[in-house]
Order: sequence, then C-alpha cells, then structure tokens
Amino acid sequence: MSDLVLLRNIQNPEAPEVAVYESTGGYEGLRNVLRGYTPDQVVEAVKSSSLRGRGGAGFPTGLKWSFVPKDSGKPHYLCCNADEGEPGTFKDRILMERDPHQLIEGMVIAAYAIGANTAYLYIRGEYGLSIRRCEQAIAEAYAKGYLGKDILGSGFDLDIHIHKGAGAYICGEETALLESIEGKRGQPKLKPPFPAVAGLYECPTVVNNVETLACLPHLFRRGVEWFTSMGPKDGPGPKLFCFSGHVKKPGVYEAPMGLPLGEMLEVYGGGALSGRFKAAIPGGVSAPMFPENGFDVKMDFSSLAEAGSMLGSAGVIGLDESASIPRVARRITEFFSHESCGKCTPCREGLTWAAKILRRIEAGEGSPGDVEQLEMLCGSIFGKSFCALGDGAAWSLGAALKHFRHEFEALIPAQAQPVQEMRLW
Amino acid sequence: MSDDRTVAGIKTALAAQVQEAAARYPANRSAIMPALELAQTKFGSVDGTTYQAIAELLDVPEIWVFEVASFYTLFDRAKAGRYHLRLCTNISCMLRGAEEMLLELQRHLAVQDGGTTADRLFSLSGVECLGACDKAPVLMVNEDYIEDITPAKLEALLAALKREWQEQSAEEGAA
Repeated sequence: MSDLVLLRNIQNPEAPEVAVYESTGGYEGLRNVLRGYTPDQVVEAVKSSSLRGRGGAGFPTGLKWSFVPKDSGKPHYLCCNADEGEPGTFKDRILMERDPHQLIEGMVIAAYAIGANTAYLYIRGEYGLSIRRCEQAIAEAYAKGYLGKDILGSGFDLDIHIHKGAGAYICGEETALLESIEGKRGQPKLKPPFPAVAGLYECPTVVNNVETLACLPHLFRRGVEWFTSMGPKDGPGPKLFCFSGHVKKPGVYEAPMGLPLGEMLEVYGGGALSGRFKAAIPGGVSAPMFPENGFDVKMDFSSLAEAGSMLGSAGVIGLDESASIPRVARRITEFFSHESCGKCTPCREGLTWAAKILRRIEAGEGSPGDVEQLEMLCGSIFGKSFCALGDGAAWSLGAALKHFRHEFEALIPAQAQPVQEMRLW
Repeated sequence: MSDDRTVAGIKTALAAQVQEAAARYPANRSAIMPALELAQTKFGSVDGTTYQAIAELLDVPEIWVFEVASFYTLFDRAKAGRYHLRLCTNISCMLRGAEEMLLELQRHLAVQDGGTTADRLFSLSGVECLGACDKAPVLMVNEDYIEDITPAKLEALLAALKREWQEQSAEEGAA
C-alpha cells in the first residue's frame, strides 16, 4: 500500500487546503491538459486509458464524453454525481472530505474536454462535511485561478456550483439527478435521448462519479501508460473498495482490481467478525451476492460481470455465519421499495409486494409457494422499468433466493396453507 | 429561527438568499430545492405558506414547490423535535444491531418510528444508508454524525442532549 494514488493524502488532515494539495503534485495534471491538449485530445487520452466509471455502471468514461456533440449550439454541462447512497458505499464521502481539490481538478479537466463552462456538483444533503470542504475548495480554486475566467491563462472558463440533494437514493441515477438539478422530483427518464445529447436543460451533459473524476488529475500528471499498467486491461486504474458489515476492519481501501473476493475480505476486511464468512456482496446492495464457495471471483468489472454480478460501487459487504440471509434480503428489498420513485409499476408495486412477503417469511408466517412467488416477482420487475433501481433489487433478491433457498424455506411452517396465486403481469 | 411565518414574512426573510441561489442556474425552477432548504434552516420546517412564498419569489407555480418538498425526505413538512435522531437501519448498520437499537430507542423515548416525543425534544426516524458504513451503526443528531453507536453510547448521548436542553431552558428562563 506504499503507492497510493486516490488516497495518497487521506492521512493528512491539512490536505483539503490548496497549498498542501499543490505540494503533492496537485493541479499539475490540469496544467498539462491546458498547455498541451485540445479538448478532443483529452477525450482521446481518456478513451485510450480505458477508464471506466466508478459510480456503479462501469461505462467507459472517454466513450461517454465522445457522445457529446461538437456543434450543438447549446451550452454544455458537466455534473458530478456525489449523491452517494448505495448501501455499503462511502468512498466518495472520504474523497470529498479528505481531498476535495483532487475532485475539483478532475472536474475542470472533464469540463474542458466536453466544452462545458458550467458544472454542478450534486452532493447528497446528509454529507455536511463534504459540502463544507468542497465549498471551501471551490473558493480556494477560484482564488488561485483554477476556476473562473481564463483558467491559468488558457482562455477556458468554468464555474462550479454545488447542488445539495435532499434525501433520495434515486437521484444517484443520472437522469433523475438531472431532473433534481432542474428543480423537479428525482424521477428517471427514458433513454434515449441520452444526457450527452439532451441532458440538463435539454443541453449536452456528462454525468460522472466523484471517484471517476478524481482519477483524472493522476491520469494527466503521470500518463496513460502509467494508468493502464494498473489492474485489468479492459478497466484499469486506481480503485477504491469499501468494506463493511461483518468484517473486522471496515473502511475504505485502495487496491488493485482483479484480486479474489475472498482474499480481499481477509487482507483488507480483516476477516469475518465471528466464525467464517457465509456470503458477501461485492459492489453495493444492487450487486448479487456470492456464497462462500464463490469467493474466488476476481474483483474487477469483467470478471464480476461474467460471474453474474457486478463491481458496482465496490461496496463490499461481508456476511458471516451469524447473518440470516432472509433477513438481509428483506432489509435490502425494503430499501429498494422505499427508494423506488414510484414512476414504473413493476418496480413500485412489485417491490412493495416482495417486501411484504419477505417480512412474513421472516416472522415465521410464510406460506408454501412464497419462495416461488418471490422468484416470479423478480422476473416481473427485472428489465421492465426505466432505470436500474428495480433491476438491482430483483437481481440481488434473485441471488439470495438462488444461493440460500433453504434458509427461506426453513422459516416457512410446514403445515401452512399456500396463498392463492395471483398474477399481475 | 424566525417567527414571522406569513407569506410576506417568509419572503422578506429569504429574498436575498433565494435570488442568490437562483443566479446559479439558467432556470428559476432549479432554485426550488435550495430555497426550501433555506426556509427550513430559518423556520425549522416547510409548509403551505412556505411553498407560496417560494413560488412568488421564484415566479413558479406553487405546485412545483410542493412536488419537490413532498418528494425529498430531508424536507420536514411537520416540525421535528429539537433533536432529530436519524438512525441508519440499512444493511451494514443492521448487521451490527441497528434494528434492535431502533426498537430500543422507540421504547426508551416512547415514540414510534417517525414520531416526536410529547415534550418536542426528540424526533426519531429509522433512515436509509447514510454512507458511513465503516462506522456502523451510525446515527445523525440533526446535522451531525454519531458513529460506532453502542447501547451505552446511545444512553449517554440521550442524557447529554437532555442536559443540554435543560441548561439552555434554564438560561432562557433566567434571561
């Protein structure tokens, strides 16, 4: 852990100050960009770095930027998604609290690449310290000429404004986030059109996650070759992992991608809190869990996708032998049910219904057929809504049912009468 | 906190800051969320009068303001107690005892989840992930995070908050 990149300043309580950030190479990447790159060259460099988004979907960042039209005649916008809310995820908060200039520098580089003169930093309302640290960092960046008019004499202008969220997980979905900045309820919109073409105020817009943007200063200070030398070829670069739940050493760790899940749980998580691990969730609660016999899966974008899960937000949640999987599934499903924006029927109704069944199973009042009913619901929710919230809910519940069906069935009294089957879709 | 909660009073109290917020966006509608937050900070909660005042300040339909206020959970449409306890009960906190703590808090304070004590001192809400899972279980007291909660820590915290309130009440009484 000697060569930390994203977390290199994390132990320094003075790192949020611009002078301290500069003394560790801060804003050198931006200087390189403004001196030596056209916006198109920045996009090309990010494309060739194979940087993939760190927010959850893992979409190639350079490719996303390249969808922004060159001659739209409209203003372009950059939005930073700091509405971190995926349970088990707390890396963006650490980045904003401990090293906010890293993010601000990344935002200036991204805005330059896509031709945006206005950027919004959407931070969830609960993150009071992150908001204060970013406000201070933005003020310092203006004073130092890293923001505002004619940045470092390049002729490029950028203003960054903070938009505070107000308690809605769904606003982490990019179209919902844009609706929220427009002053509306955070309800996702059907894509296409994609934000790159018609996003904020119907103008070309890029939405990037905090950690994704925080990679950029390093990429342009140390080069594409350095960047691609870290981790898997199809999604390299520094990566943060959050460990929580039944682990001995919960926290945010920077680690190379591609290590086995089980090894990471031991080396970084410090092992199971009591006894052995029973299962683990690899990337926030939207990511399907792995039982202990699947712990050899490698923690990178492609390996996890091939194994039927995802790296997601890299929020690793350990579940030891004391964990009841039906209870875990109930709590996760209740979360998604509560956070469903209510727009699409399968997600809104299906999750309410699934949570109800899970609650009665947990209470020992389940009926034969309840597990099948839940499986039917998963199939009726997945892929049938505008955004990925319902997909994540159905996907993660489906994995719990698949790997730990016996735990659900064991809670259902043998003599219970089956509930009458009802099909809505 | 201000007391004049007429439409005119709210407008006077918020006008400058709401206009400042609106200047950050190309459309006034975008300033609804910041305006609601400003109102809540000033008056402790938001209500129909607040919506009307904000609608007039931003020249937008009042329903747009209500839509936003009723969608986002951080906007208090009923006045919360002096200390709003938001206990995360999501997965990582649940795995470390948060659901049991919520029940314990309900018993101790004699309120339901989402309720406020009769003396208006505490509001209690079980909430979704607060993004501090490495310090689970986690509780917010108004804007502050209290981490690594244990039953003993919780008891001490409640006692400290009660003491703080009693001291402040005594000072206010003396003044």
